Amino acid sequence: MVRVDAKANGNSLVQVRDLDKKYQRGSEEIHVLQGLNLDVGAGEFVAFMGPSGSGKTTLLNLLGGLDLPTSGSIKVAGDEITHMSANKLTAWRARHVGFIFQMYNLIPVLTAFQNVELPLLLTRLSKAERRQHVETALAVVGLSDRMKHYPRQLSGGQEQRVAIARAIVADATFLLADEPTGDLDRKSAGEIMDLLERLVHEHAKTLLMVTHDPRAAERAHVVLHLDKGVLVEGGAGGGGEA
Amino acid sequence: MAIPLVYNVRSVRQRWTSSVVAVLGIAGTVGVFVAMLAMARGFKATLVSSGSPRNAIVRRAGADSEMVSAVSLDQLHVIEGAPGVARNGSAPLVSGEVVVIAGFNLKSTGTVANAQVRGVSGKALEIRDNVRVIQGRFFKPGLAELVVGRNAVKSYAGFDLGSTVKFGGGTWTVVGIFDAGGSAFDSEIWCDANVLSQVYKRPQNVFQSVTARLESPAGFSAFKDALTSDPRLSVQVDRETEYYEKQSRGLTTMIRVLGFLVAFVMGIGAVFGALNTMYSAVAERAREIATIRALGFGRSSLIVSFVLEALFIALLGGIVGCVAVLPMNGFTTGTMNWQTFSHVAFAFKVTPGLLGLGIGFALLMGLVGGVPPAVRAVRRPIAVALREL
Repeated sequence: MVRVDAKANGNSLVQVRDLDKKYQRGSEEIHVLQGLNLDVGAGEFVAFMGPSGSGKTTLLNLLGGLDLPTSGSIKVAGDEITHMSANKLTAWRARHVGFIFQMYNLIPVLTAFQNVELPLLLTRLSKAERRQHVETALAVVGLSDRMKHYPRQLSGGQEQRVAIARAIVADATFLLADEPTGDLDRKSAGEIMDLLERLVHEHAKTLLMVTHDPRAAERAHVVLHLDKGVLVEGGAGGGGEA
Repeated sequence: MAIPLVYNVRSVRQRWTSSVVAVLGIAGTVGVFVAMLAMARGFKATLVSSGSPRNAIVRRAGADSEMVSAVSLDQLHVIEGAPGVARNGSAPLVSGEVVVIAGFNLKSTGTVANAQVRGVSGKALEIRDNVRVIQGRFFKPGLAELVVGRNAVKSYAGFDLGSTVKFGGGTWTVVGIFDAGGSAFDSEIWCDANVLSQVYKRPQNVFQSVTARLESPAGFSAFKDALTSDPRLSVQVDRETEYYEKQSRGLTTMIRVLGFLVAFVMGIGAVFGALNTMYSAVAERAREIATIRALGFGRSSLIVSFVLEALFIALLGGIVGCVAVLPMNGFTTGTMNWQTFSHVAFAFKVTPGLLGLGIGFALLMGLVGGVPPAVRAVRRPIAVALREL
């Protein structure tokens, strides 16, 4: 269930109401998001598309608690995140959000294993338990044999798979992907999208993805278009039903 | 939860050029700091080791040093009869001493430096058990003979065993060389007090100080009380160790102040080096930092992480600085003792305490250089930093 009309029944995993985001650039006020509403149910795969500057990444940042809205509310799994203190928001992110970035954002001085282990350092898992989780996550993305490799020793597609493993290792409530295939060749992009689809279908992950790539977007259950700060339903992608 | 230390260690290694610059800056500062303090420590140790806790030195009341003191023969006899004075048979172990300054050519530079010539009694070796003749013999009372401290032999030209030396209008023969265990006496030249007074045309019944051997260190109070309350005397009495400690105070304070001042100025430079390294580390890793924060690590974790990184660099610098200064331990040099206006040879003393102080100073520089960049690292909005290239 994905809606943008604020008429969902209240069981949404992600519920956004009247979301506004304004920036001040010099004397100019830029209204990035205007009165945006969104409901996303658990297990959904939503793609956000739109021209550059339409506010896609801003929306993703707001949903991930990386930025605060000017007004409006965002509830994730019942938690209202727009009024949380910085410390609470940090802890909330650790528990609920798995980020996948366009440029992978792996820590270059850490191995694939250590990169994936990072979010688990914020949990109470023992070292042995952490190892087990990391090995499982790397197995899911097909990189069990690259655990000791540093990011520089991996291809772009492999780096992104490590980043996906990092996003899923702590069993986040939902995944946010910002142009996950934007820096990859077509073949690698296809493999990454296969993997993301698999996470949604086989592991019941909820995935919200920003993309410019129509081929990536068509894997989503729903494609939403952002235009001038307003969300417009763009219909179902090829990945499932809206 | 803390960010793993391996992240910081490897980051330092990855940016090794700027890290090395910061490490060397801190190492240089710590090296100079420890070397200056080792010099002060060595000078103080040399003077303090000259004294024995069983010895008391008596001077005219108000005289800061032997140079400006006078004790008459009558007063010497009173001191000999004071309670607590050790005796060899019936003879009290008391030495009336005369001190003069004479100029001799330094072997190293050929320039003239002042040496302290001490006229002592024949009992001097019994009173100062840290002094022993290692070559030749002790002087014979009444003869113009010299026994020379081993550092004086090394420092001044013409003091080899058997040679003759002219000073003060007299001609002297070097009959012995003594070892005073690295104390200031090693830089002195000893002779018979009466002969020295005669040569320098000083009154025969006046000494500059009297050194008394006590039966035990505990007997000092009774000895001092007896002398200071005796109406025939107007003297001040110090334990010999305390006297030499006071003698060292002026110069050690000056060296220490100079050391701290130089270290402070160099420290500012080193802190700027650390700041520069850490600021560039923070700038280069803006997106990394934002990613770590996005994953859920709090600001305090990141601040601790970056401060630890700065401290790690500082620790490396501290260790390098300390290791570099270690070979100076025991290195002998000389300086003018301002209390006696004479040349004193002393050895640098690099102690574990000083090395610890050097490491502490390095860590302080790391802390000062690490906190502002660490704070800057977490103040940048995550959403903005994530867009950085």
